[in-house]
Amino acid sequence: MTAAPMEQDGYNLRLYVAGQTPKSLAALANLKKLCETHLPGRYTIEVIDLMKDPALAQRDQIVAIPTLIRQLPEPLKRIIGDLSNAEKVLVGLDIAPS
Amino acid sequence: MKTSVRPRIVTRDLPVIAKSPTGIDGLDEVTFGGLPQGRPTLLCGAAGCGKTLFAMTFLYNGAVAFNEPGVFIAFEEQPEDLIKNVGSLSYDIERLIEQNKIVVDHIHLDRNEIEEAGDYDLDGLFIRIGFAIDSIGAKRVVIDTIETLFGGLDNQAVLRSELRRLFEWLKSKGVTAIITGERGDGTLTRYGLEEYVADCVILLDNRVHDQLSTRRLRVVKYRGTAHGTNEYPFIIDQEGITVMPITSSGLAHDAWTERVSTGITDLDDMLEGQGYYKGSSILVSGMAGSGKSTVSAHFANSICQAGQRCIYFALEESPQQIVRNMRSVGLDLQQWVDRGLLRFSARRPNLYGLETHLASMHREVKEFDPAAVVVDPISALMGAGVAGDVHSMTLRLIDFLKSRGVTALFTNLGAGSAETATTEMQISSLTDTWLLLYNRETNGEHNRQLYLLKSRGMAHSNQVREFLMSAGGISLREVYVGPDGVLTGSARLAQEAKDRADRLLRTQEVERRTREIVRRRREIAAQIETLQAQLASEEGEMELLNLEGSAREDQRAADRIALAQSRASRRAASSSSKLMTSGK
Repeated sequence: MTAAPMEQDGYNLRLYVAGQTPKSLAALANLKKLCETHLPGRYTIEVIDLMKDPALAQRDQIVAIPTLIRQLPEPLKRIIGDLSNAEKVLVGLDIAPS
Repeated sequence: MKTSVRPRIVTRDLPVIAKSPTGIDGLDEVTFGGLPQGRPTLLCGAAGCGKTLFAMTFLYNGAVAFNEPGVFIAFEEQPEDLIKNVGSLSYDIERLIEQNKIVVDHIHLDRNEIEEAGDYDLDGLFIRIGFAIDSIGAKRVVIDTIETLFGGLDNQAVLRSELRRLFEWLKSKGVTAIITGERGDGTLTRYGLEEYVADCVILLDNRVHDQLSTRRLRVVKYRGTAHGTNEYPFIIDQEGITVMPITSSGLAHDAWTERVSTGITDLDDMLEGQGYYKGSSILVSGMAGSGKSTVSAHFANSICQAGQRCIYFALEESPQQIVRNMRSVGLDLQQWVDRGLLRFSARRPNLYGLETHLASMHREVKEFDPAAVVVDPISALMGAGVAGDVHSMTLRLIDFLKSRGVTALFTNLGAGSAETATTEMQISSLTDTWLLLYNRETNGEHNRQLYLLKSRGMAHSNQVREFLMSAGGISLREVYVGPDGVLTGSARLAQEAKDRADRLLRTQEVERRTREIVRRRREIAAQIETLQAQLASEEGEMELLNLEGSAREDQRAADRIALAQSRASRRAASSSSKLMTSGK
């Protein structure tokens, strides 16, 4: 689900969901909106459905759903919840609000 | 152990809760079969109580003994650490992981790494546990310690509802689960997990008394089934976990009629010539140096001589020292050790708490299966617990040994004088045979005495004996009982010498008297002889006189006849009749 090509200082984001739950859908929508606003063209979003691939939950240490992981840039960051609190998401992703 | 469960509940045709055996010695007895199958059990306790080991043992036994694979969800420890830690219990978890019998999943939660932005649930956790369960077909699940979630995540309302959902979900999965929880202040768990896990709650405790810690376990709640409600001590050692449900044993042990020699011939004689009853408990009490250990060693020796096994729990001396010391009374205990008949189990009384001592004794007895056990001295355990505890624990130990038909000899070091030989633990009433060893001081020396205060079920001697130890072993001598009281030692020897002298005097007196009488008899006989001779001579005289008299008479008669004849010749024959008359 690549929304834009990778750039040098691009954000590589992974969203872990468990099926098409309202929270998951809300999280994805919130995330997209946020990225478009603050990181236009500088991000990729990968959605991982743990219902389909449960083994990844252990590998990536997922407990809460939905979980957003910032793979890049380093260091790794985790944000849980439906991302409705945009301010916290921005803090979590180390994005200065513009 | 697993087979000796004696259910007190009457089996009726009612739905009975299915149970999942833990395989932990004792716990399955306390719970009458194990944890509730297909339901979560809460295992709570303060830090360092052994919760993790308990839970891992449950999984390990499930995988090894009951063919029930298990999942370990570790919140606190890394799998490597966990595997290493339980490796000390000789659990080879790695092998079981390779065999797909155990899955360990570590859940890492760090509040600093996590930002909460909006509503969430714990589906990720559910998926992980579910995946782990499905991957090996697990029947058992351990979640250790789920309360870590409260430290890692902020939203308590979500956590609580999710936990409730988790436990319901585990039930629906049909797995038997252990949820561990840290003990809170005044509550069973810090976050009130007991609200969610309602079926079975087990509390672990590690109490310290007089610097000695004792682990205890209590089944706080077990819905729908009977369970032991007491606190049971348990131990964790390299063999695993053992819970001691000793109070569960009733007073129903068999009574044996077989006899066991005391190892001391003279003592056997005092006990109907046969010794103790098999499976009975014997208390040997006395002051320091009264020979308790020697009596014990003789007993152990005779057990081994009969080809049976014996455990000697030495709480004061090292085995080497006992072996050396017993050589001085002619006992070679080393040979039995070498032949595997005698096992010394030496430990310092203050090494650990009383319960732990007794639990480990339990284990050793089960393992070695001896015919007899010596605890020398049981009073050393006094310092390892409060008096009431010592009593109840000793009771448990005696019960346990009796139920196995193990003859048990306890020595007790009495601090007071022999006359007031009350055992501090009041275990005397629990024992069947009670030997008192005195060490009495008289005339500047101490002498050992032995007295059989009681011996249930046999006609035993009521005599105090003097107790002598020599290179040939123990011998018991009858004490001197005389007008001067009971005498022992040199006083007895002196008295005996005096008696001998008295006896000699008496014999001499008798001999003298005898001689006197003989002499008197002889004298009297001589006198009789003299008198008889006198009499005889007198009689002879008398005879003579008689003879003379009659001769004279004859002469006179003859004379008269002659005279008459001469007259007749002078006168006529017609007047001869007148002559006859006048001749009268």
